[in-house]
Amino acid sequence: MIELRNLSRHYGATRVLDGVSLTLEPGRFTALLGPSGCGKSTLLRLVAGLDRPSTGQILFDGRDVAQESPSERNVAMVFQAYALYPHLTVAQNIALPLAMRRLGRLGRSPLGALSPAVRRTRATLARDVRAVAELLEIVPLLARKPAQLSGGQQQRVALARALVRDPSVFLLDEPLSNLDARLRIQMRAELVALHRRTGHTFLYVTHDQAEAMAMAERIAVMLDGRIAQVGSPRALYERPATCDVAGFIGAHPINLIPGPPEGGLPPALASGQPAPERPLVVGLRPEHLTPAADGPVQGRLDRVAFQGDVQVLGLRLEADGTPLRATAPPDWPAPDAGSAVRLGYRPEHLHLFDAAHGTRIANPGEESSCA
Amino acid sequence: MRLNRSVREGLTDLLLAGPATAVMVLLIFLPVGIVAVLSFTDYQFGAASFRWVGWDNYRAILADPFGRRALVNTLTYAAITIPASISLGLLVAIGLHGLTRHQPRLAAVLRAVYFLPVAATLVAMAVAWQMILHPTLGLVNQALGAAGLEGPSWLSDRALVIWTLAAIGIWQSVGYNMVLFLAGLAAIPPHLYDAAAVDGADRPWDRFWTVTWPMLGPVTLFVTVVTATSAFRVFETVATLTQGGPAFASDVLVYAIYREGFVYFKAGHASALTMVFFALVLLFTALKFRVLETQVHYR
Amino acid sequence: MRAPRLLSFALLLIGAAVVLLPFYWMVSLSFKAPDEIFTPTLDLWPNALRWQNYAAALSRTNLLLYLWNGTVVCAGILVFQLLFAVPCAYALAQRRFRGRTLVFGLILAGLLVPFHVTAIPLFLGLARFGLIDTYAALIVPFIASVFGMFLFRQAFAVMPAALFDAARVDGLSEFQIVWRIAFPLALPAATAFGIFSVVAHWNDLFWPLIATTSPDLATPPRGILYFRDRESGDDVGPLMAAAVLVVAPMVVGFLMAQRAFIRGIAAGGLKG
Repeated sequence: MIELRNLSRHYGATRVLDGVSLTLEPGRFTALLGPSGCGKSTLLRLVAGLDRPSTGQILFDGRDVAQESPSERNVAMVFQAYALYPHLTVAQNIALPLAMRRLGRLGRSPLGALSPAVRRTRATLARDVRAVAELLEIVPLLARKPAQLSGGQQQRVALARALVRDPSVFLLDEPLSNLDARLRIQMRAELVALHRRTGHTFLYVTHDQAEAMAMAERIAVMLDGRIAQVGSPRALYERPATCDVAGFIGAHPINLIPGPPEGGLPPALASGQPAPERPLVVGLRPEHLTPAADGPVQGRLDRVAFQGDVQVLGLRLEADGTPLRATAPPDWPAPDAGSAVRLGYRPEHLHLFDAAHGTRIANPGEESSCA
Repeated sequence: MRLNRSVREGLTDLLLAGPATAVMVLLIFLPVGIVAVLSFTDYQFGAASFRWVGWDNYRAILADPFGRRALVNTLTYAAITIPASISLGLLVAIGLHGLTRHQPRLAAVLRAVYFLPVAATLVAMAVAWQMILHPTLGLVNQALGAAGLEGPSWLSDRALVIWTLAAIGIWQSVGYNMVLFLAGLAAIPPHLYDAAAVDGADRPWDRFWTVTWPMLGPVTLFVTVVTATSAFRVFETVATLTQGGPAFASDVLVYAIYREGFVYFKAGHASALTMVFFALVLLFTALKFRVLETQVHYR
Repeated sequence: MRAPRLLSFALLLIGAAVVLLPFYWMVSLSFKAPDEIFTPTLDLWPNALRWQNYAAALSRTNLLLYLWNGTVVCAGILVFQLLFAVPCAYALAQRRFRGRTLVFGLILAGLLVPFHVTAIPLFLGLARFGLIDTYAALIVPFIASVFGMFLFRQAFAVMPAALFDAARVDGLSEFQIVWRIAFPLALPAATAFGIFSVVAHWNDLFWPLIATTSPDLATPPRGILYFRDRESGDDVGPLMAAAVLVVAPMVVGFLMAQRAFIRGIAAGGLKG
């Protein structure tokens, strides 16, 4: 188990991480999700031991690792641009972390071949390299140099280099961001399968909420150097703890509509359901706002984007012109732009946030747990 | 005992960068300081003590007409070498650049030929020049004799010797400048010539002045500074061919440093010569760094 | 359009002939017998290829020793230059530590200092330690190559930092990263620097003239001068043969690796 306790990191006056606490349970796939510049890569480097926190503690199985180097922590890491050694073959790339661990200075030199013990170690090493290469289906590439590989193949080699030893934690820094869209979808599934097969603890950094939702068992959303919310993908989607999390999670950006200053729901959405009497921001996901002949919301259609499985509608509220996003099934007969459209939603899909702090206010009927 | 991690990291930095920094200070900056101090003394190698003499050494080098020879000769040498070497380098580069389009292989061979003197050992080549320039048996004077002319004593004529040395200096440095100009020419986008042609500059001469020359500006400045600093450093040919003679007519700064310092052991005087030489080089290298800086900004 | 092209081509050829003249004459004389050399008539080619001059150059002088000295000195200088410059350049490019900007500033300042400026104090220092007239005197003054530090720092600075992070995660120490990852990747810069360094020190006369007095320690240029001064001009053939043998390594090296040579020497222009 890896515990991060109240970690902060600042460079001069800029505070990149601000009191981050997070627990990575053994064998779990945790995603660290946030926009670029939110500090998630810095956090990963702190866990790896490539950087050191200004304050706070990192515990591996209860042991403070502040004094340990990355190799002493026995972390494995996959980098965004793969960071393969260009002058070594694929096999040498994968073997390097093992060789550094298992062979002495002599063993790594050409002279090492003279010693039977070294020869034996080298043989097991070659076997381990081969095994992981088979796992990732890159055996035919072992003799090549990284420059001769495609992006997807380099990705696999980088994974193999990280997997070849038995690491305490597996750190992945946006490993799919350099792949094309189709390969990215395919690699998602493979990474999940790999996680299941190896049973390692995964910490996966990404800015792509769809990627995090698709792969992770738990997601930690990071915004401005702080952890905004930790939870399962479903929990984050259904009960976002803040406006910002709500805005970050979901395929279509959520509608955030301010209510009247004296409190209660915005008039356009107020269709009889009860609401707290304080200033609110109401969140309503586009996928939950759909055309309905008798719906309470009256909008005027600006544009329609047909996406195959869904149509995304851009509208303005008839009452005050507030822009809204909604969705419709693909077979919905879209009227011309400028037409009036009535929309409906289910009250339980409304997310209520405190207007001043952006924090969630439990819906009536929803048990009041946020995290 | 295990050291604290920040101590270990600090130690690593020290082990990585420390030795180089130490030898750099010891072998470059400390000597520069010492030479500056010595230039105000009458110190002689091997002497037990020295006297402060203020600006006397500098006065002897800069004010005394006899002592000024080394500086004057160096500047003369540079004044001949710099423009000639640069313009020849540019001409050869333009010629080769044009030739590359029609005869790439021949152009490559010629480029190698022109660059050859830059890599060759100058002392050995100077000895070869000595044979070519021999007053009676040399190739040059024999050729002149065959044409009915009497060849001069290239290396022992007081008026001629600095020109002869400069010619060898030019022979040696044209290839270096050519290479830099070739790179500069290759970097000029061809569409600029098309644009110039549309604007009416379609004759070679016009094309050169409207496109080539302005585009080569930064390269030319760099070449000028490199040629200048290497002209100020002229030593090998002088030491091999004339040893500053005849009658100090080819005495130059670096040779004077060598002779005063290490033949006559007048360390104080030689240090002042060194500082004058250093000032001259600094003037031009500082300029070079200004140029490099602006180039980096453009990228 | 054809006439100007022909003219420029002709001028290029004439220029090339002038450039080659001393090389040609040196080789030509090195094959000539004395009676061929000391005639008032002009013979462009030797009557026959005579190797006697080469045999004489090798037997009557220590030419082989000079070439060996040159090799030892150049190799010694280059090895120490790399040993000092490469780790420092790596630290400057890929690590953050206090004094980093100061060290880099020193390097830039050091680029402005021609070697000649440091000669007198270096001589004093070496003399104090009794090192004058040793190999050490020929090597030590050059081991701090600010040019090398600068060149390698620039090369390391453009390498992705993640590569070195990956190496740290893989368990390499910083020194292992320097020599197993960073240095092999900087091979183009290393080649350029190596050529620059070897050419500069093989051809140097200034410092060997100062630092050594014993002919046994002469580097090739110094050796040529010993030879010439001793033979006082009446043994031109062997002298030219010796000159050919001294120039040959640089010329052959250049012809074999033109691109690398030109890049290395051209980069040397950065140094004052």
